[in-house]
Amino acid sequence: MIEFLQQLVNGLSQGAIYALIALGYTMVFGVLRFINFAHGDIYMIGAFAGFYSAPKLLALAGGGPSFAGAALVLVAAMALCAAAGVLIERVCYRPLRAQPRLTVLIAAIGVSLLLENGGQFAFGADPQAFPEIIADSAIDLPASWGEFSLLTITVGQVIVLGSTAVLLLALRAVVLHTRTGMAMRALSLNPLAASLMGVNTDAVVSFTFAVGSAMAGAAGILTAIQQPSIDPLMGINAGLKAFVAAVLGGIGNIPGAALGGVLIGILEALVVGYISPTYRDPIVFAVLIVVLLVRPSGLLGKPEREKV
Amino acid sequence: MSVLALRNLVVSYGAIRALHGISLEVPAGRIVTLIGANGAGKTTALRTISGILKPASGSISFQGENIAGLAAHKIVARGIAHAPEGRMVFSNLTVLENLRMGAYLRRDRAGIADDIARVRSIFPRLAEREKQPAGTLSGGEQQMLAIGRALMSRPRCLLLDEPSLGIAPILIRTIFDKIVEINRELGLSILLVEQNANLALAISHFGYVIESGRILLADTPDALRENPSVRAAYLGG
Ligand SMILES: Nc1ncnc2c1ncn2[C@@H]1O[C@H](COP(=O)(O)OP(=O)(O)OP(=O)(O)O)[C@@H](O)[C@H]1O
Ligand SMILES: [Mg+2]
Repeated sequence: MIEFLQQLVNGLSQGAIYALIALGYTMVFGVLRFINFAHGDIYMIGAFAGFYSAPKLLALAGGGPSFAGAALVLVAAMALCAAAGVLIERVCYRPLRAQPRLTVLIAAIGVSLLLENGGQFAFGADPQAFPEIIADSAIDLPASWGEFSLLTITVGQVIVLGSTAVLLLALRAVVLHTRTGMAMRALSLNPLAASLMGVNTDAVVSFTFAVGSAMAGAAGILTAIQQPSIDPLMGINAGLKAFVAAVLGGIGNIPGAALGGVLIGILEALVVGYISPTYRDPIVFAVLIVVLLVRPSGLLGKPEREKV
Repeated sequence: MSVLALRNLVVSYGAIRALHGISLEVPAGRIVTLIGANGAGKTTALRTISGILKPASGSISFQGENIAGLAAHKIVARGIAHAPEGRMVFSNLTVLENLRMGAYLRRDRAGIADDIARVRSIFPRLAEREKQPAGTLSGGEQQMLAIGRALMSRPRCLLLDEPSLGIAPILIRTIFDKIVEINRELGLSILLVEQNANLALAISHFGYVIESGRILLADTPDALRENPSVRAAYLGG
C-alpha cells in the first residue's frame, strides 16, 4: 500500500511536468490545428534560462537557495519562453499560415532541430548541473500518521505540485473568464466566425503561444528542481511524452491535457515501480494506441461535428 | 446617401476570378438584396466587404471611407456585422456566450446588457434557450442566433448571407419578418444575399442580380419581378 502511494506521489510530480508541457501543444492545436513540434524544446530553453539566470536572481533575493529566489527564476524562465514562443510563431509559422498544414509542420520540425543543435552549440552538448535554487530535502511526515509516515515526499515535489496547481487554475481563469480567453475559445471553434466578431486572430495566436510557452518554461524549471541535470536534448523525450498526454486527453482540450499528463506520469511510475523501467516507454505508447482505437478523440475530447 | 458602396470590386481565389468588377450600393436604412444562383459570387462579395477576403482591385466605401483591404476585426469595429452563410454559431458555447461574442469589441457593460435584452425580445425562442449550447439548436434557431449575435456589435450595416438556407419553411417566414422588423425599428441598413429570390424581393427596397461574378441587373423589386429573364432564372418561370 505504502509503496503504491509512493509510486503515485512520484508519478504525480512527473505527471505535473507533462501536464504543463502538454498545455502548449493542446492550446496551439486548438487555435491553429497544428502540432508545434518545437514545443518540447521550449521546455529545454526554460531550463537553461534558469541555469543562466539563477546565480544573479538568487543573489537578488538575498543569496543562496530560497523560495523567493526560486520564484524569481521561475518567472524569468516563463517570461523568456513566452517571448521565444511568440517570436518563433511570428517569424517561422505566421508567414506559412496560408500554406498547407504540412508545410508548417515541417517548419516546426526545422525549428525544433535548430533549437536542439543551436542549444548544443550555445550551451555545450554535455549535461550541466542545475544550480540549487531551493533547498531540496525529504519532508518527514509525522510519526502519528502511522504507516503513512513511511512515505517520502520531498520539498521539490511539493513545490512542483503546488506550482502546477496554481498555474493550471490561473490558466483556467484566463480561458474561462477573460475576453482573450473567450476569443481563444471562439477561434478554436470557428476561426472565420471569430474574425467576424472582431477577434484579432494574430493577437490571439501570439497570446496562445506566449501562455503555452510560459507553461513549458515553468516545467523546465520544475523539472530541474527535481532532477538537476539538464542538457540541450532534454526536450525531445519530455516533449514526446507531453504530446502523447495531450492526445490522450483529447488534443485541443485544456483539461484533457492536464489529465493526460497526470495519467502518463502515474502510469510511468507504476510501470517503473512494478514491472521494469525497460517497459516504461513501450507501455505508455501502447496505452496511447489503445485509447485512440477506443476513443479516437481522446479521453475528454469531443468528436468534431458541425450541425449544417 | 449610401452607407455602403462597392465600386468595380474584383476578387480572385488564386488564379480563379470570382468577381469581375461589381458595383452596388446600400442606401441608409434600406434593405438591398443581391440574388443569384449557386456559385455566382454572392458569398465572395460579402466576405470581401467584411475583410475576410482581400479585393484585387476596386473600392468599398463605408460611411464615406474606403475600407477595402482592412482586416476583418477593424471592419467590425467600424460598424459592419456579418451573419455568415451556414450560420457558423459557436456550437460548444451557449446561446448567451454566442451573443456575448457578438459584443466582443465592446466595453460598455450596460449597453451590452440592453442589447442582449433587445435580442431576447426580437427572438423569444433564443431567450428560452439561453443556457443551451448553440450546437443543440435547430437550424432556424441557429440562424436567429447568428442574426442576434451580429446585432450585438451595434452595427450600422448588416450583411446577411442566405438566412433561408436549409431552414424549415415555417421558420423562414419568421426570420424574414424579423429582418424587416430589425430594419424598421433599428433603422439598420441591410445587404441581404439570397438564392430564394421571391422571398428576398418581397422584403427589399432594391435588388441586384449577380451572375458569374458580374452584376446583371439593378432595379426595384417590382421591376425585377416583372423582368422575363429574372422570372425564368430565379422565380421559377
Ligand atoms: N475558397 C475558394 N477557392 C476557390 N474558389 C472558390 C472558393 N470559394 C468560392 N470559390 C468560387 O468562387 C465562385 C463564387 O463562389 P461564392 O461562394 O461566392 O458563390 P455564391 O454565390 O455564394 O454561391 P452559393 O449560392 O452556392 O453560396 C464560385 O465559382 C466558387 O467555386
Ligand atoms: Mg454563398
